[in-house]
Amino acid sequence: MFDSLSDKLQEVFRKLSGKGRLSEQDVNEAMREVRMALLEADVNYKVVKDFTARVRERAIGSDVMQSLTPAQMVIKIVNEELVATLGEAVHLDLSGPPPAVIMLVGLQGSGKTTMAAKLALYLRRSGERPLLVAADVYRPAAVAQLETLGKQIDVPVHNEGTLVAPPVICENALKRAHREGFSVVILDTAGRLQLDDRMMAELEQVKRVTQPREALLIVDAMTGQEAVAVAEEFNKRVALTGLILTKVDGDARGGAALSIRAVTGVPIKFMGIGEKVSDLEVFYPDRLASRILGMGDVLTLIEKAETSISEEQARKMEQKLRKASFTFEDLIEQLHAVKKMGSLNDIIGMIPGMQQFSKQLPEEETDKALQVSEAIVNSMTREERRNPKVINASRRRRIAKGSGTSVQQVNQLLRQFTEMQSMMKQMQGKKGRNLLSMFR
Amino acid sequence: MTARPKAFDDSLTKTRRSFFGRIAGLFRQEKITEETWDELEMLLLQADVGTKTTIRVMDALRQQVKANTPPEQAQEMLKAELLAILKPVQRAYLPGSRLLHVIFVVGVNGSGKTTSIAKLAKYHKSRGQTVLLAAADTFRAAAIDQIKIWGERVGVDVVAHQPGADPGAVVYDAIGAAQARHADVLIIDTAGRLQTKYNLMQELRKLRGVAQKQVHLAPHETLLVLDATTGQNGLSQAKAFAEAVQVTGVVLAKLDSSSKGGIVFAIADEYKLPVLFVATGEKLDDWAEFDPQAFVDSLFENRE
Ligand SMILES: Nc1nc2c(ncn2[C@@H]2O[C@H](COP(=O)(O)OP(=O)(O)OP(=O)(O)O)[C@@H](O)[C@H]2O)c(=O)[nH]1
Ligand SMILES: [Mg+2]
Repeated sequence: MFDSLSDKLQEVFRKLSGKGRLSEQDVNEAMREVRMALLEADVNYKVVKDFTARVRERAIGSDVMQSLTPAQMVIKIVNEELVATLGEAVHLDLSGPPPAVIMLVGLQGSGKTTMAAKLALYLRRSGERPLLVAADVYRPAAVAQLETLGKQIDVPVHNEGTLVAPPVICENALKRAHREGFSVVILDTAGRLQLDDRMMAELEQVKRVTQPREALLIVDAMTGQEAVAVAEEFNKRVALTGLILTKVDGDARGGAALSIRAVTGVPIKFMGIGEKVSDLEVFYPDRLASRILGMGDVLTLIEKAETSISEEQARKMEQKLRKASFTFEDLIEQLHAVKKMGSLNDIIGMIPGMQQFSKQLPEEETDKALQVSEAIVNSMTREERRNPKVINASRRRRIAKGSGTSVQQVNQLLRQFTEMQSMMKQMQGKKGRNLLSMFR
Repeated sequence: MTARPKAFDDSLTKTRRSFFGRIAGLFRQEKITEETWDELEMLLLQADVGTKTTIRVMDALRQQVKANTPPEQAQEMLKAELLAILKPVQRAYLPGSRLLHVIFVVGVNGSGKTTSIAKLAKYHKSRGQTVLLAAADTFRAAAIDQIKIWGERVGVDVVAHQPGADPGAVVYDAIGAAQARHADVLIIDTAGRLQTKYNLMQELRKLRGVAQKQVHLAPHETLLVLDATTGQNGLSQAKAFAEAVQVTGVVLAKLDSSSKGGIVFAIADEYKLPVLFVATGEKLDDWAEFDPQAFVDSLFENRE
């Protein structure tokens, strides 16, 4: 699930032990796997084609670094190219005489209204005086939705109901902002299809009368192959200045953002990471790259390997990370194995540290506990799974958010895990391999 | 509320033309070449069919196509392969008769649940049935206002509580109201949620449980509303919602977009879920029963 590409590349290069340089044929085989991984992440197939061509060129004939395996070498190149393609985080440009207008555009259901409120809160916290503008007069209760959110964050909403044309509403809002001294005006426009010529023309008109400093395309992280076509048309019509990826708190890989960035050159500015108005994050290219590849951990490993002096040390490091200590990855594996075996309570009772789960719990409670644990572990990065020590307070909050659990639940699991780990160590001392291998 | 400019009744036609027209064009060539295969693979991928299903379909096709197979015949073979994925899981919507049909509607945020519910309500109403809606999305800002507006437009009643109220209580009351009024159909709107959120998925289970306890064999349909613009994450959605609340069918919304909704092939293949309806716009009538044959055929229609 979370490691397909690295495993597949290991497989591709398995027979290749002499290393030295990568041959064209080795690289071609590897590129097939890279291509599949990117397509699975919803990267546009044309972008995938260009991208793999670039990686291929770099990989062929490149020296396999002493401390890396060929598979790691290829992933390193892929990652570097991904990060480069994603580009640096670009901040909002609100320069010039106030008020600065920010126009949010996008397909239906991409998350514009929520994002408008998030940006308003973010800007207010950084000292701006934002005004929200309800310019979606089409979707039932869109205006009421923005009003409700505005109240929640205590930001005024310019609302002219649903009978006035959006360009007029926006123009009036701008006048009001001048009059009342707002420094930023955020336009929440209706969702529309890029195919809808009249609705796109309306957007051009809004742009003409408000001269926005920022025209931001809101893109759902779950979007598939058409993301590029959508972005190209919006870009053509209103000259986008940025991209915001929403619903990143789910398990979508978000390849759409990469595709759009690659084709239009429009920079990615923020990510929406939850339903609450404070769930906004500045964009980090390296994080999104890892997400698209689905393998943050391996990259960490590579980085560590790169900085280490000898191959010997790198291997030790890997062994330590992968085998010597019981990690959350092992835990998840155990949970899966256990689930398949029926009579849960008995089996769980045999797992060190897990007895508390089985204590007179009805079967469904046990199931629930397992599901909670699994959801929490699934929301960890690979690094966190292998090295839970790095899980600090802010990571706990993120994990709780990602898994839809509470920080208390996360804490509880971490505690249980630590207990389990120490018991595991004691046992390894006695028996060599751990008891859990019988569940594998 | 302002009427949306009537703009793109033919948007579907446009979509079909660009994508499926290309496939059709491929098969009009004299001979099938390697290039044809590559192009075909790309076209399926671009339709969000996904690598796994694409490879499977292509492999099956390669086995059947001989050096002397005429391209048109190969086209029929491809259609048959695609249809063979959808057909086995297809079934009629809401089979059997009962006093009250309870329909549970779920999906990720913004996929088109509430709008689809309005269209489905109209669909039932126009078949002479009395319909009641339950506003069990008490979480999203103004979600209750939204479904109430739709209820008025369709001419059906909406059972609603205050924002932030317990959605379980809404479902409970709505079932009571539906039974008291001898309504034929109750459609329950739920808050959008990402399938990875454990607690929210638990809440959905509970909500389903409320319906289950009160009405025999309810819910009689549990519809997953899937945005046609969704890529490979659609599979994860189908899996998680099916596991949590036993989804019985898919509504493919926003099929008027330029996306093709190809992920439904993988969903049918892996989770045996039929598509029951498609939504093709924001108006109440932009709604149709899913017809696998027509869906696959439309992939190859050439309207140029
Ligand atoms: N073009 C098009 N737009 C649609 C379609 N169905 C819904 N929409 C639009 O998509 C947006 C979201 O639709 P909703 O029905 O509110 O979606 P939802 O799933 O209920 O959203 P939440 O309750 O917020 O999760 C709205 O702007 C709808 O008008 C469709 O078939 N085609
Ligand atoms: Mg809704």
